[in-house]
Amino acid sequence: MDKVNILEHKLVSKHIILSIEEEESFLKKYNISRNNLPLIKTSDPVIKALEEQENILLKGRIIKIIRPNSPAGEGIYYRYVVE
Amino acid sequence: MNEEEILIFGPPKKIKEISFGVLSPDNIRKISVKNIVQADTYDDEGYPINGGLMDPKLGVIDPGLKCHTCNSKFGECQGHFGHIELARPVVHVGYAKEVYDILRSTCRECSRVLVPEERILYYEEKLKEDGVRTGMRQTIISELINESAKKKGVLKDNKCPHCGTEQIKIKFEKPTSYKEGDKKLTPADVRERMENISDRETALLGWNPNASRPEWAILTVLPVSPVTVRPSITLESGIRSEDDLTHKLVDIIRINQRLRENLDAGAPQLIVEDLWELLQYHVTTYFDNEVSGVPPARHRSGRVLKTLTQRLKGKEGRFRNNLSGKRVDFSARTVISPDPNISINEVGVPKFIAMELTIPERVTGKNIERLRKLVVSGSDTYPGANYIIRYDGMRKRVTDITRDILAEEIEVGYIVERHLLDGDIVLFNRQPSLHRLSIMAHEVRVMPYRTFRLNLCVCPPYNADFDGDEMNMHVPQTEEAQAEARILMRVQEQIISPRYGEPVIGGSQDYLSGAYLLTKKTTKFAREQVDQMLYVSSINTDLPEPIIIEDGVPYWTGKQLFSLLLPPDLNIAYKSKVCKKCDVCEGKKCRHDCYVLIENGKLISGVIDGSTFKARSTCKLLDKLVKDYDTDVGRKFLDSVTCLVLWSNGILGFSTGIDDEDIPKEGLDVINKVLNEGKEKVDKLIGSYNEGYLEPLPGRSVEETLESKIMQALAEARDKAGSIAERYLGMNRGAVVMAKTGAKGNMLDITQMSASLGQMSVRGNRLHRGYMKRSLSSFIQDDVNADARGFVSSSYKKGLNPKEFFFHAMGGREGLVDTAVRTAQSGYMQRRLMNALQDMSVSYNGTVCTNDGVVAQFIYGEDGIDPAKSTYGKAVDIDWIIHKNLYQNKEAE
Repeated sequence: MDKVNILEHKLVSKHIILSIEEEESFLKKYNISRNNLPLIKTSDPVIKALEEQENILLKGRIIKIIRPNSPAGEGIYYRYVVE
Repeated sequence: MNEEEILIFGPPKKIKEISFGVLSPDNIRKISVKNIVQADTYDDEGYPINGGLMDPKLGVIDPGLKCHTCNSKFGECQGHFGHIELARPVVHVGYAKEVYDILRSTCRECSRVLVPEERILYYEEKLKEDGVRTGMRQTIISELINESAKKKGVLKDNKCPHCGTEQIKIKFEKPTSYKEGDKKLTPADVRERMENISDRETALLGWNPNASRPEWAILTVLPVSPVTVRPSITLESGIRSEDDLTHKLVDIIRINQRLRENLDAGAPQLIVEDLWELLQYHVTTYFDNEVSGVPPARHRSGRVLKTLTQRLKGKEGRFRNNLSGKRVDFSARTVISPDPNISINEVGVPKFIAMELTIPERVTGKNIERLRKLVVSGSDTYPGANYIIRYDGMRKRVTDITRDILAEEIEVGYIVERHLLDGDIVLFNRQPSLHRLSIMAHEVRVMPYRTFRLNLCVCPPYNADFDGDEMNMHVPQTEEAQAEARILMRVQEQIISPRYGEPVIGGSQDYLSGAYLLTKKTTKFAREQVDQMLYVSSINTDLPEPIIIEDGVPYWTGKQLFSLLLPPDLNIAYKSKVCKKCDVCEGKKCRHDCYVLIENGKLISGVIDGSTFKARSTCKLLDKLVKDYDTDVGRKFLDSVTCLVLWSNGILGFSTGIDDEDIPKEGLDVINKVLNEGKEKVDKLIGSYNEGYLEPLPGRSVEETLESKIMQALAEARDKAGSIAERYLGMNRGAVVMAKTGAKGNMLDITQMSASLGQMSVRGNRLHRGYMKRSLSSFIQDDVNADARGFVSSSYKKGLNPKEFFFHAMGGREGLVDTAVRTAQSGYMQRRLMNALQDMSVSYNGTVCTNDGVVAQFIYGEDGIDPAKSTYGKAVDIDWIIHKNLYQNKEAE
């Protein structure tokens, strides 16, 4: 069976890797450190798929998640990738 | 802190941080004022034994005596710890699990963590980096413990990576003993191993070496709590009864003594071990008398002792009962009753309560005369004062004898505790306090009799009625608290619910049906009636020009009177609740007068009903008044409209009766015909099923298809019967007015009374249980006919036949059970949610985060909108803004 790209599945929210510069400005905007962010594990299927797709390691990076099914339209979340 | 204390201790200090750790033996000895060696409390004369458990150095519990340690009196001395030197160390039950974790992850010989040096470095690094979060720290530590513990007896190479000693698997025998292989480890052995662990590695195992060492989890010295913690009670007969903790300590000392004597005498190993274990048992139960696997220690009478853990734990424990929930002063509780004539902001307070509860008021040049008068009138006449407080904090009770002297004495700077007066702000609460609106601030209005009085519009947020409900009142004592309550918590500030952005405070029942009658086209009032109505609803304006003049007598319409309550620049249009939902809306020419049009604060057309100011519903007008004008405007509107409507209701009269459900014979015939047609349709369905013609619906069996088709047919028949009944039920019937205006009930209720009850159901299915393959013994088995499965074609008015009555009772019982179960379940869910979310807050950067700073939501509610300040959950109501601008432009032209 063909491998399914879960990133394209409609039930998987959009996950965007923040660039290093974006990370800094994001943290500055909210005046928080990485340790204040919710976590996502490197073992998370979405992170694995993203790593494979971009061919980089994501540990220590920040992921922006856009959830479509929010009562307010779109819910935007950020998660810190940990082991 | 008073001045004297400041002189002794210096100015008050701010707590920067608190660190928790394990009490070390040295510390226990250091805080101890006495080594307790005697297992007795009092001697024959009733004096405390020196070195006994009630040693006078441990504090005072008898009034009149002085503490032998700090020389202060009873009530001032909080007590002092003593200690017991244990003959042999014992395990502290509270740390038994942690001790086990350390034992299994360290070497039996060199006491080092059983992972190679590079792994140690790895974990140290990880702890430093990710261990900032409490949750992560715990995960890392248990990861390390698991990794090192695996070596013991599980892996083939179970040698210590540091010294090469072979490891033996350690078993934890709950609650307090450990076995290495087959050999039992004594607490002394355990302690020795832990003493050898380096500070660096204890940190890795989750202990803060600066605050506590793991070996302190094995007790060598036991602190003896001060007597103030375990006071003995003198019964009326003069016999002293000791606290449970004292009993337990007596046991500990006695066994400790015996163990020491045996050790000194060189008793055989077996006896020593037995005694040692007994000591362990007593110390264990001293800390926690509900440890599984240990028989609870009992009182001589057989009662289970309440020891340290039991004092703290659970609903009756120190935390939930005494710290999270306290009994408070300045509060009152009594039955509530309605008073439509007070403002929604007010609460009627019985005089006897107002004379008991006080507000401290500082005497100034401006109020001294007023306060002096209050003091002169004393504490037994209202309004008066109960206490005065001098500058030095001396309180003096105002009595009949002292009141004149005290009134003379007061001067600027004194504080007078005066009775509650009209206009004071108080907090009012009804349990269960499920949401913010369960506690609101009201203004006091002192009244006769013994109940709290409440405006009916504030019943919905409290969920209160007057069938015996009681409510609580609290009096904020400081000016800050009063101001805060007045600004943030006052009832008028809570008209719009923070949950769904619609009014929770508003009209209900009579107010809605009455408003309909008031603003109906045909309603008119004569001059004297208008005068009365405007007077009771405190509308203070000139009368508008009368619209109707009959025989030279002027009359005013209800619409004109209602318009007097509206702000003059209000322009709004909406459909009223009684709207017939015509295919084409005729706007303000609506022949049923259902199109509400307000132009420049004048009600041009439409009747006023539920869609205008009903609580807990999308009401168009009240909502706009509060949001676009002011909470003050909203409050005044509600206060006036309720009085106006009640008075007009008194004039017009309103009633309902059984004839409201009357339907003429021909109507009943049609209804019966429709119901019979429905039943015939069911018969036909059953026929085609029996002959095998019935096509199953996708995903269902034939039987299920039949069942769902029957239910459909019957529901259709009932609906038809209902709509036929509705044709005969006009707005001239009280019951219909109530249903259509949203005052009480709905049209379904009325058609059930007049036409047919319809299908009874349990768990969403037709009734089928009771007897074998049938609902009642009078039916044949497997009969799926309408009548056999709980279809009630009678109406309440006509009356039910016995079978129908029984079916109805079945359906009704389910409803009762459901409500009972629902409240229980939702209550528990509420508690859990509250505990989970209580520390969440919106911080200055706009995020919602927990108390340790971890973000839960990046914008509150994902859109940052406060529903109470927005319209229908959206940030802006574009239609309304356009509407308003259009009107303004029209005006300008």
